[in-house]
Amino acid sequence: MSTLEIKNLHVSVTTEEGAKEILRGVDLTINSGETHAIMGPNGSGKSTLAYSIAGHPKYTVTAGTVTLDGADVLAMSVDERAKAGLFLAMQYPVEVPGVSVSNFLRTSVTAIRGEAPKVRTWVGEVKEAMTALSMDPAFSERNVNEGFSGGEKKRHEILQMELLKPKIAILDETDSGLDVDALRIVSEGVNRIKESNDLGIMLITHYTRILRYIKPDFVHVFAAGRIVEAGGPELANKLEENGYAEYVTA
Amino acid sequence: MSTLTSNFLTPTGREEAWRFTPLKRLKGLHDVGTVLADHPSLSLSSNIAGVTISSQPSFETPPSSTTDDVVVQRVREKATSVTVVSIAANAEIDEPIFLKRTSLGGSAEAARTIIRAGVHSRSTVVVENVGTATLAEEIEIILEPGSSLRFITLQEWENDAVHLGRHHAIIGKDASFTSVVITVGGSLVRLLPTVEYAGPGASADMYGLYFAGNGQHLEHRIHVDHNIGHAKSRVNYKGALSGDGARTVWIGDVFIRAAADGTDTYELNRNLLLSDGARADSVPNLEIETGDIVGAGHASTTGRFDDEQLFYLESRGIPESEAKRLVIRGFFLEILSKIAIEAVEERIMDRIDIELSKVDIA
Repeated sequence: MSTLEIKNLHVSVTTEEGAKEILRGVDLTINSGETHAIMGPNGSGKSTLAYSIAGHPKYTVTAGTVTLDGADVLAMSVDERAKAGLFLAMQYPVEVPGVSVSNFLRTSVTAIRGEAPKVRTWVGEVKEAMTALSMDPAFSERNVNEGFSGGEKKRHEILQMELLKPKIAILDETDSGLDVDALRIVSEGVNRIKESNDLGIMLITHYTRILRYIKPDFVHVFAAGRIVEAGGPELANKLEENGYAEYVTA
Repeated sequence: MSTLTSNFLTPTGREEAWRFTPLKRLKGLHDVGTVLADHPSLSLSSNIAGVTISSQPSFETPPSSTTDDVVVQRVREKATSVTVVSIAANAEIDEPIFLKRTSLGGSAEAARTIIRAGVHSRSTVVVENVGTATLAEEIEIILEPGSSLRFITLQEWENDAVHLGRHHAIIGKDASFTSVVITVGGSLVRLLPTVEYAGPGASADMYGLYFAGNGQHLEHRIHVDHNIGHAKSRVNYKGALSGDGARTVWIGDVFIRAAADGTDTYELNRNLLLSDGARADSVPNLEIETGDIVGAGHASTTGRFDDEQLFYLESRGIPESEAKRLVIRGFFLEILSKIAIEAVEERIMDRIDIELSKVDIA
């Protein structure tokens, strides 16, 4: 049982006009096995929340705490956060020219597990995970995210999640850029990993579409840098009908 | 006193061609007053069917090209013999032909070499430069019609070597020339990888990789002379620099003459600055005298690590230093893979890893 606890998180970015506050006091607790949907309009700070937890250098935490099972996440380097059990599936996965998927996965898994996977079992492990996500084995010889379609990028993110076995995963707009078939494959992958690993999930999305495939236990409405309403799955239905208008101040 | 006294003057450093080069570090190679020993230093590593190597008197084998480079002029004056490597017509040679540089000492030496690829031959020639040297050289590479030659030069010198050279290809009708220039050693290396064309349908693919560490000056001055029509050129050089006083210079001169209708050319140079105190100069230069061409372009970038790439790798548990090494290896892989000889590729990557381990990459 793991718990990610976010308390009164304030985050700023540096702009030409000086520091600009994006997150204004976020409180959220995610336990193993729970799926929390974070829903909100564009520009509300959802992605900033995701990247701040993962430790992107662009964001400065000005107040608040983030802990994973009591350990201070904010004091950790980016790679230490991943080793502690956090995973961020990115909205825009980054191309790394000249680094093959197989080399990347092996390097990453070696770092997370603390030892190189055994060659004999590793090949089978990767192949099985790729098959489950309907990925062509030839995919592993391509360079990381280079020339990938939107669907391939998202499948590759979920493939990493499968192999790295995090405790808590943050899925940032994983549904964006996916057609219905790809959305189903990716969602099934997330559900499978959740079942087998008792994964806790923060599911960031603008649309309710993905919630038909990944059922949230809790829904949080995010606006102007903080959670403004929380409820169960029924809150998503209300958002589907009414949109975010009532949460956005004119 | 030689009767062939040079008409050329010692460069002062104010000339366009020499303005980036620290002349004081050339050990006199540029100075017409310095004694240059004649030294045909390349030898064949092993006998291969279809390949011959011989030494011929210079006066019987005049140069096939003109040059305005003072050092190359001096090489032509001083070298009394020429090493001639010939690949037989129609020979298809799969195994690489290794030419090893032997028995160079610390004194200033001049060497002339001619590599001739026979009609419709297909081969790979690898020039291996190791150890220490004060070397001025010219290699002329003649590709007869329909031939295909992969020409690889490895500058794996000790870090005190001085090496000035011109590697000039004359590419015949429908012949294809691929050059891969790898410079990872030497105190001062200044190379002129240059090409001209002798018939339509000729193509040149020129790749380069350089890594400059503390105090190294590595200079590559590419010159592509589109002197006739319907020829193609591609240039792609990548460099990385790390450490105090690490210095690289890349000049990419592409000249499309009035007669060169149907020319297709593109050149690219990318530099990765890994630490403070390093400096990369990159000067692409395209001169076009005819509008009737297929395409002509160039691009040049010099920058530091991409923060988003590093964040992506680190967010997967990979420590920062290892993430940087992955990015550097990936950056170079595109060029390294053009060598297409696995053992050599690994050896070069190992050398880069060693250079990387010497400095704290920013």
